[in-house]
Amino acid sequence: MEALVVEKLTKDFGGVRAVNEVSFSVEPGERLAIIGPNGAGKTTLFQLLSGMLTPTAGRIFVFGKDITKLPAHQRAALGIGRTFQITNLFLNLTVLDNVLLALEAGGMTRYNLIRPVSSYKHLLGQAEDILRQWGLSDRRDFPVRSLSYGEQRQLEIMLTLSQNRSFLLLDEPTCGLSPEEAQSFVSIIRAFSRDFTVLLIDHDMDVTFGIAEKVMVLHYGTVVAFGYPEEVKNNPQVQEIYMGVD
Amino acid sequence: MKDRKSILRIATVLVLLCLAPLFLPSYYTGLLTLILIYAIFAMSLDILQGYTGLASLGHAAFLGTAAYIVAIINVKVFHGPHFAIELLAGVLSAGIVAAIVGLIVLRNTGTYLLMILLASSMMLWGIAFKWRSLTGGDDGLPGIARPNLAFMHWNLHNTTDFYFFVLLFFVIAALLMYLVVRSSFGHTLLGIRESETRMTALGYNVWLQKYIAFIVSGIFAGLAGVMLVYYNGFVSPSELHLVTSAEVLMMVILGGVGTLFGPAIGAGIIILIKNFVSAYTEHWMIILGALYMATIMLAPRGVYRLFKRSEKRG
Amino acid sequence: MAFVLTQTINGIVFGMLLFLLAAGLTLMLGTMRIVNLAHGSFYLLGGYIGYTVAQRTHNFLLACLAGLLSIAILGVLTYKTVLEKRFAKETLAQVLLTFGMLLIISDVCRWIWGGNPLAIPKPEMLQGTIYLGSIVVPLYRLAVIIIGVVILLFLWWFQEKTKYGAIVRAGVDDAEMAQGIGINISLVKTLVFSMGALLAGLAGVIGGPFVGLSVGLDIEILLLAIVVVIIGGMGSLRGALVGALLIGLIDSFGKSLLPELSIFTLFAAMVVVLALKPSGLFGTR
Repeated sequence: MEALVVEKLTKDFGGVRAVNEVSFSVEPGERLAIIGPNGAGKTTLFQLLSGMLTPTAGRIFVFGKDITKLPAHQRAALGIGRTFQITNLFLNLTVLDNVLLALEAGGMTRYNLIRPVSSYKHLLGQAEDILRQWGLSDRRDFPVRSLSYGEQRQLEIMLTLSQNRSFLLLDEPTCGLSPEEAQSFVSIIRAFSRDFTVLLIDHDMDVTFGIAEKVMVLHYGTVVAFGYPEEVKNNPQVQEIYMGVD
Repeated sequence: MKDRKSILRIATVLVLLCLAPLFLPSYYTGLLTLILIYAIFAMSLDILQGYTGLASLGHAAFLGTAAYIVAIINVKVFHGPHFAIELLAGVLSAGIVAAIVGLIVLRNTGTYLLMILLASSMMLWGIAFKWRSLTGGDDGLPGIARPNLAFMHWNLHNTTDFYFFVLLFFVIAALLMYLVVRSSFGHTLLGIRESETRMTALGYNVWLQKYIAFIVSGIFAGLAGVMLVYYNGFVSPSELHLVTSAEVLMMVILGGVGTLFGPAIGAGIIILIKNFVSAYTEHWMIILGALYMATIMLAPRGVYRLFKRSEKRG
Repeated sequence: MAFVLTQTINGIVFGMLLFLLAAGLTLMLGTMRIVNLAHGSFYLLGGYIGYTVAQRTHNFLLACLAGLLSIAILGVLTYKTVLEKRFAKETLAQVLLTFGMLLIISDVCRWIWGGNPLAIPKPEMLQGTIYLGSIVVPLYRLAVIIIGVVILLFLWWFQEKTKYGAIVRAGVDDAEMAQGIGINISLVKTLVFSMGALLAGLAGVIGGPFVGLSVGLDIEILLLAIVVVIIGGMGSLRGALVGALLIGLIDSFGKSLLPELSIFTLFAAMVVVLALKPSGLFGTR
C-alpha cells in the first residue's frame, strides 16, 4: 500500500490557481523532493497535505485512508509532521518547554488540569534524552530565542523527528544553515529510519539531490515532471524552466 | 532554592492575611475582603489573558451571572440563605454561560474576539437592565442575606467572620488556579499563547484547549461573583458592565499578565486607589482613567514583574 | 401598515446614524486593529459641544461644524500622542488606553453639562413634517437619511477611488511595504483615525435632536456600533452599512413591539450571524 496518494489536488485563491490537479503517490519510507521555481505552489501543497488549508478539489489518502476532510491537528496526530519555512518554535519559551510541548502532544497529559508537568518523570526523562542526544542539555532553561538560528533550526527538526510521526514534510529545512550544518542535516536524514516517509522542499540542489530518491517538479502549480533524480535532471522541460531561473 | 523562597513568601503573606483583622479597623477589614474577592476575579482572568493569550473585555459576564443567580435564589426562590445551593448554582451558571458563549465565539481570535466578548457581556447587562420582573432592572436586587453558618459558630454578619469566610475561599481558589496553571494542561496553554499554529502542527486540538480554559476561567470568576453578592448584600447590572470587565483587565495588567498572583496585587492597588480617591473628589473617574492610561504607558508589564526584576538585581 | 412604514423609516434613520459611527470604527479596525472604546465618547462629546454652540449661536450648521471639527482635532491628538508610537503592535494596550479616555471624557461631560438629558433643537428649516403616503415623517429625519447617504458616497469614493483608500482596503499595516509603494502609512492611519472621530462627533450633533444627549449614552451607542461591526465584519464598509441598517431596524421594531426584550433581539441577531458566518457578513478573517 502506498504511504501517500494525492489525487487531482487543486487549490484556488480567488482567481489564482496555486495548485492545479496535482496527482502523485509515495511509497512508504521513500524520500521525495519537490522542486520548482518560486511561487510554483510547493509550500501551498504542504499546507494542503498538513491540513492548514482546505483544497478546492481533489483527495488525499494516507495509507489508504481518505484524510481530505480531516482537520489539521488530527492529521498531525496521524503522523504528518511539518517544519515551516521560517522557524516556528516557541521563541519565548525555554528549550525544555519546547521539547516537552512537542512530546506532550500525543498523550492525554495535555488534558490533565491538576498534575504539574514536572511530575511526569518519564516525559522529563525523554526530554532530557533528546536534549543530551543533540547537545543542548546545558541550554535547557534558556529561551529559544537565545539560540543561534542554526541551532533553532536543528532543534525544530529534531523535535519534528522526535514526535511519533510517519511522515515528514520538510519545508526549506536548511534555509539559514551554514554549508556544514546543511551537510550534517543531509547525513541525518539519509541515516534516518525507513519508518519515516519524507517529503522535502529545498532550494539547495546539493541537499535536494543528496536526499531524494524521487523528484517532483512543480511549475505554476502543475506537475511538470516526476521520477528518478537523473531522469528529472535530464528532462528538457525541466531544464528549460530552470534555465530561466538559474 | 527558588521553591523554598516562594514558600516562605507565601507563608508570610498568608500569616499576614490571617492576622490582618486584629490590626485593622473594621472598615479596612471590609475593604480587604473586597480586595480578596476581586483578586479571585482577576486571577481567573489571568488564566485566559496571561496563560492562554485570549484577551477578553467581557469577563464581567461570569461575575454578574453568578451574582444574579445567587441573588435570585436567595431572594426570590427561598426567601433566605441556602448556601450550598447558591454556591453551586452560582458557580455552575457561570460555567454554563462560558460553555455556551465559548462554543459560539472561540473560533474567532484577537480583536474580533475581544469585541464579541465585550458585546456578549453588555448584552447580558442589557437583559438584566430591562428585565425588571426578574432582575429588578436598574435598581437591582437588594436584601441578599449572607449564608447561615451558625452550625460552625460563624456569624457572617460580623465583618471579621465574613473576612475569614472569604479568605478561606480565596486560598482554596488561588490554590486550585495555581494547580491548573502549573499542570500539564496549563503548560499547553502557554504554547497556545505563544503560537496557535505551531500547537496545531504539533497535533493539539487548540480549540478544545481554549474552550476548557475559558470554562475554567469562567467558573472561578463565578466564585468571585458569589462572594461579591454576599459582600454587597445586593446585585445590580453594573456587575455585568463593560466598566467592570475593563477594570478587572486593568487589575491583571497592573499586577502583571501571566503571573497569576500579580493580578491579585493589581486588584488591591486599584480598589485601594478607587476607595481613596472617591473619598476626596467626585471626579474619581477622571483620576482612574488617567491612572489606567499611565499604567499602560509606563508599566505595561505590571507591578509584579517590576518587583521581581529589582529583586534579581539586588 | 402605517406602523410598519413609520418603524421602517425610524429604523433607517437610526441606522444611518449608527452607520456614521460604525464606519469610523470599522475603518480603524481594518487599518490599525484598534477597537476604539472611546468612540461612543467622541459621539457624546461632539454632541454636547454641538449643543453648546447651538445654544449660543442658534445655528445648527455651525453646531455640526463645531462638533465634527473639535472631535477631529481630538482624534488627531489622541492618535499622535497616545496611540501611535509605542504600541504599534500591542492592540490590547491601545484598547485600554481608549478605555481610559472613555472614563475621562465621560466624567468631563458630566462635569460640564450635568446629569440631565439634553436635546439639540432642530434647525428651523427642517422643523416641519411631510406626508409620505399615509404617514407623517419629520423633515429632519429625512434629512438625516440624505446626509447619511452623502457620507456613504463620500466614504465609498474614498475607499474605491483614492490612493489612501486603496491602502485602507488592502488592510496594509506594514509600514515598510507601504513605503515601498510610496505611501506614508503613518499619514493614512492618522487620517483614518481622525476621519472616524470626525464622523462620530458629527453623528453626535446630528443625533442631538432625536436621540438626545445623556449620561451613559456613550457606552450605549458604543455597544450598538460594536454589534454593527461584529455583524458586518471587521474592516468592511459595506458590512457597516448593512449591519447598521439591520440593527437600526431591529432596534426600531424591537423597541416598539417587545420593549423589555429589545436587547435580546439584537443579541439573537448577533448570535445568528456569528453561527452562520463566524467572521461577520462581510468580514474576511
